[in-house]
Amino acid sequence: MTTNAIRKLTPKPPLLEVSGLCKSYGGQIGCRDVSFAIRPGEVLGIVGESGSGKSTLLACLSGRLAPDAGTISYDMKDRGPVDILTLSEPERRRLARTDWGIVHQNPRDGLRLDVSAGGNIGERPMAIGARHYGNIRAEAQDWLQKVEIDLARTDHRPRTFSGGMQQRLQIARNLVTRPRLVFMDEPTGGLDVSVQARLLDLLRGLVRELGIAVIIVTHDLAVVRLLADRLMVMQRGRVIEQGLTDQVLDDPHHPYTQLLVSSVLQV
Amino acid sequence: MTIRLHAKGLTKTFTLHTQGGIVLPVFDNIDLTVSPGECVCLHGPSGAGKSTLLRSLYANYKPDEGQILVEHMGEPLDLLAAEPWEVVEIRRSTIGYVSQFLRVIPRIGARDVVAEPAIANGMPADEAVAKAQELLSRLRIPERLWSLAPATFSGGEQQRVNIARGFIVDYPVLLLDEPTASLDAANRATVVDLINEAKSRGGAIVGIFHDEEVREAVADRLFAIGNQPAAMAVPAAAVAEVCS
Ligand SMILES: Nc1ncnc2c1ncn2[C@@H]1O[C@H](COP(=O)(O)OP(=O)(O)OP(=O)(O)O)[C@@H](O)[C@H]1O
Ligand SMILES: Nc1ncnc2c1ncn2[C@@H]1O[C@H](COP(=O)(O)OP(=O)(O)OP(=O)(O)O)[C@@H](O)[C@H]1O
Ligand SMILES: [Mg+2]
Ligand SMILES: [Mg+2]
Repeated sequence: MTTNAIRKLTPKPPLLEVSGLCKSYGGQIGCRDVSFAIRPGEVLGIVGESGSGKSTLLACLSGRLAPDAGTISYDMKDRGPVDILTLSEPERRRLARTDWGIVHQNPRDGLRLDVSAGGNIGERPMAIGARHYGNIRAEAQDWLQKVEIDLARTDHRPRTFSGGMQQRLQIARNLVTRPRLVFMDEPTGGLDVSVQARLLDLLRGLVRELGIAVIIVTHDLAVVRLLADRLMVMQRGRVIEQGLTDQVLDDPHHPYTQLLVSSVLQV
Repeated sequence: MTIRLHAKGLTKTFTLHTQGGIVLPVFDNIDLTVSPGECVCLHGPSGAGKSTLLRSLYANYKPDEGQILVEHMGEPLDLLAAEPWEVVEIRRSTIGYVSQFLRVIPRIGARDVVAEPAIANGMPADEAVAKAQELLSRLRIPERLWSLAPATFSGGEQQRVNIARGFIVDYPVLLLDEPTASLDAANRATVVDLINEAKSRGGAIVGIFHDEEVREAVADRLFAIGNQPAAMAVPAAAVAEVCS
């Protein structure tokens, strides 16, 4: 090894690149001056205290909330990098339906409760042009199996499912079209610990198998330890520390991150 | 002489903000080079900073100053200046690390825990599983445990699963933090064999070995750390004299 010519690896172009993102609600700060990039297949965790702006940031990134300032560039399959804030509403909705997945903390916000489980999964394939009923149903059942929901429940409405089952259904509904980027806001919140472990294991397997990029907001450091390559820590709307997940958790530098890490037993 | 790993001018201090901002200097201006086929043993009293140095070499801790040059796919890269995604790549194929304790992954069986790094590094799944089984047998994990998640395993069993996971990829650089600490004599001997096999295929190894027999069997050189103004390299024989 000659050490006089230190190299860098050639990066994959970012899938999403965010710069100077700000959002406030009247006088209340949502998020302030957030910048980062995420590459294909990367899993980025966002942690921070309640009210630090995590959900606000995620809502801006996924086009559900208009930021006050900043740019969000997304590498579209057919067009290359585009500032999503300049897209028309139908274009943005189409992008969200084909290229993205959004897993809400409350599965009721992400599911159609009056449509069968199979129908919930089949909706996205149909929206992007699948027409053959048998194929759609077969694919839906394939995904029900992946997320460990009994096929006998295919025609049942999610209203009759437990919280953990609803959450798994929401994940299947989002991943069926193999999105390139998935946003998750507290996907394991509100579930009991054994159900959480099962869901995490499932997510971890799928993320690796499909190579999707994920931005996951959570208050649970064990969840990011398990799933995320990289971590951003937020406080009062700002990103105060970021880096490799295990480095930020094991050798935190910012006082707030140290407090956060030391206040949980063991992660 | 070729060099696989070269730590230059590493300095590490912890600042404990939650404890009144205490500043804890651990080491200062360390220089360490490791060649292919060489095993360097970090040596020093408890609390001297051996694990801190080893974790720094894996980019798990972030030194304040210095460079950590590693040969990744034939190119020298600075681990300290690398982006997170680069570190992920480097860890996937170039640097392995066996921590002192297994971090269990809920619901994943021992065999899959062991096979996982090989699959991530591109080995076909069936080959990786076969290799995982071979390592688990060598380390005397009974076959009936292979499909079970290691959460319920004994400390020694977990550590052996951890070792198997660290040796399933032929990493060019391998970092070992007291890999034999909770093992019996037979398993210690197996770990010594694994380390020597890794050396003979050109692996550069940095380890912490408290057990003297293990140290004698694998280490080519001791690297003294702690209790000195600056840590320095000392030939094994000289340190052995001082320590005895
Ligand atoms: N619609 C809104 N109107 C006014 N203020 C809001 C609104 N939504 C969020 N906020 C405020 O913006 C700040 C950031 O909120 P956000 O929901 O992003 O936090 P969070 O980090 O997701 O917190 P939690 O962990 O509790 O979900 C908070 O102070 C919150 O009160
Ligand atoms: N994450 C951390 N945050 C703060 N201080 C730390 C951290 N890790 C290690 N230290 C401190 O750094 C010093 C060196 O610890 P380290 O674990 O490297 O020692 P060691 O030489 O491996 O000891 P042992 O032989 O007991 O394992 C200790 O004072 C320890 O408390
Ligand atoms: Mg929130
Ligand atoms: Mg130690």
